[in-house]
Amino acid sequence: MYSLIWLVPIVPFAGFLLLAFAGRYLPRRAVAIIGPGAVGLSAAVMLLISGQFLAAPPAGYAYEQTLWSWIATGGLEVGFTLYLDPLSVVMGCVITVVGFLIHVYATAYMAEDEGYSKFFAYMNLFVGAMLLLVLGQNLLVLYLGWEGVGLCSYLLIGFWYKKPENGAAAMKAFIVTRIGDVALLIGLFLLVVQFGTLDIPAILAAAPGAWAVGAPAAVAAALLLLGGAVGKSAQLPLQTWLPDAMAGPTPVSALIHAATMVTAGVYLIARLHALFALAPGALLLVGIIGAATLLLAAFSALAQHDLKRILAYSTISQLGYMFLALGVGAWTAALFHFMTHAFFKALLFLGAGAIIHSLRDEQNIFRMGGLRRRLPAVYWTFLAGALALAAAPLITAGFYSKDLILFAAWVSPVGNRWLWGAGLLGAFLTALYTFRMVFLVFHGPERTAPHGRPGPAMTVPLMILALLSLLGGFVETPADLGGVHLFSSFLGHALPGLAAHGSPALEAALQLLSTVAVLGGIALAYQLYLRRREATARWLARPAPDAARRLLLAGWGFDWLYDRLFVRPFVWLATVNKDDSVDAFFRGLARASLLLHGALSRAQTGNLRWYAVGFALGVMALLAIVVFR
Amino acid sequence: MAEVPIEHGLLLAAVLFLLGLIGVMVRRNIIFILLCLEIMLNAAGLAFIVAGSRWGQPDGQVMFLFILTVTAAEVSVGLALVLHLHHRFKTLDADAMSGMKG
Repeated sequence: MYSLIWLVPIVPFAGFLLLAFAGRYLPRRAVAIIGPGAVGLSAAVMLLISGQFLAAPPAGYAYEQTLWSWIATGGLEVGFTLYLDPLSVVMGCVITVVGFLIHVYATAYMAEDEGYSKFFAYMNLFVGAMLLLVLGQNLLVLYLGWEGVGLCSYLLIGFWYKKPENGAAAMKAFIVTRIGDVALLIGLFLLVVQFGTLDIPAILAAAPGAWAVGAPAAVAAALLLLGGAVGKSAQLPLQTWLPDAMAGPTPVSALIHAATMVTAGVYLIARLHALFALAPGALLLVGIIGAATLLLAAFSALAQHDLKRILAYSTISQLGYMFLALGVGAWTAALFHFMTHAFFKALLFLGAGAIIHSLRDEQNIFRMGGLRRRLPAVYWTFLAGALALAAAPLITAGFYSKDLILFAAWVSPVGNRWLWGAGLLGAFLTALYTFRMVFLVFHGPERTAPHGRPGPAMTVPLMILALLSLLGGFVETPADLGGVHLFSSFLGHALPGLAAHGSPALEAALQLLSTVAVLGGIALAYQLYLRRREATARWLARPAPDAARRLLLAGWGFDWLYDRLFVRPFVWLATVNKDDSVDAFFRGLARASLLLHGALSRAQTGNLRWYAVGFALGVMALLAIVVFR
Repeated sequence: MAEVPIEHGLLLAAVLFLLGLIGVMVRRNIIFILLCLEIMLNAAGLAFIVAGSRWGQPDGQVMFLFILTVTAAEVSVGLALVLHLHHRFKTLDADAMSGMKG
């Protein structure tokens, strides 16, 4: 059974090849079967393998399958090897299942698009690359998948390439993540030089023996890997590409820029946790980046008026929570939040897509309203996702995962009160911006009338994801609320658990605080955006709040700053050096030879008698040389 | 018969050669250029003869026979070219035929 693991990434790749080369000749119905079918088959195999993994785990909770030897040179052996352990099982299941639901949804969402088969070809390629990323046993396979998902992200953000701004957004995403990717690549070189191998288990086993805690090489490696993770997961200071990435079709935002690809950075750090454990400074930096990002992005989300951009900033913020969890050493909490986030954020994006679709591409939440009665299926599922995102207590998955992170930030030996406080403030802000969105879009008076209702291909994935968003949290509950530890005990075979444990009373007190924060946020949103909307609008029109709002709308001006700091100097330099200065030398050579040629060609008069004179003078000169030498 | 000193013969040859060369450089008519070329060749032949008689060797006269042959061939080719040029340019002015100007 485990030996079928190669099918999991291969089937989406096969779907990609089929759609890429034969997609033009296939009818739309066939494309709608092949695209989701390939991912569905992959999900079925993954689930079967995971079932067996739970029932009868392999020795040491890890299974390796070498497909072929990739590179074999003197000191370095790299096999094309897949690796199955609890971590990749969790990642693989979430990617294939959520990916399948999004593919099914996209068959309806993209139904009228002219690039139908191209879209599914890219989506299948993405799923294949993402699976390669999480199933790779060595860092080179991981890197192959890493670059593959980056490529698909670029292709799909710029999918509607006829609008120039979409192409610009795609290039921005590609170039900004490339900064991180270069850091990651240098990190890989460092690891090869240090350990002579790229196999992740070998590196994790060798690292504690080779490096002392806080050794400069360990810190350098951890920081370089962190650079890659920061770029891919849109954390400070490389977060600017994600809001613009919303130029792509909404299923792309759901799959790539919410559920899967952007969590690759979280996966990378969790996968190489032993390296980060050797570099406490880098790990603290992970936590600080996470806390800062989650606050900045949550504030920015408060001011957005584009439905998808709110969700994009929310994704950055939730990824900040995962980084915060990684930073305090709560690896399983980060993965737990990754899983629940994949469910509810994919749900929210797909719900947003259904709204945008039925409002004929209207994305401004201030031109929406009262959609509760017109789109009930979307409303109830979206509400479930919003509750999960806001971490409404007890009934949602988001509550359990976020609570685990906050608890870990408090009790962990490497955590501290500041990180916890940032997380708590973030929870309040999350509830506020989430329900600002819900109240403005679904409640109040109707502003734009929807055209038709989404069909079953769109609503069924929404309902499944809504169920997962509500119930997915019960695999891991805190000690005072049942104490189920299925998730962490399963992942405990791959990731070390949190060293510290707090008392149930402390846990209950922290939960109460975060519950107050969440309910306070929801109540404030109700007051500001539903009951006293006019008063809020009046207050926001005053100069000081308006300036703040515009700063937040622009995402704290990072784009402005980077434009001044990097883009303009570079463009200026390029303009100055338009006629490449190195070329000047070669152009000079060409000009000199042309000049000489012109001078010499003057001697070519075509006049016979001048040639005779030339002969005579030449012979005389030669004779003179011979005679008078 | 008194022997002609070699210096006189060579001087005559040099004067002839120079006259021919000047003619080639100054005359514009192609026929005259050809004639001057003949004079130059004959000057060279005279130099061979004078040198042959000075050392009593037959090689100088043999060489002159070769030059005569070459001259005959050259003149036939040259006159054919002159005919062709005249046919083409309707003139025998060498300066008018400067189509190869670079």
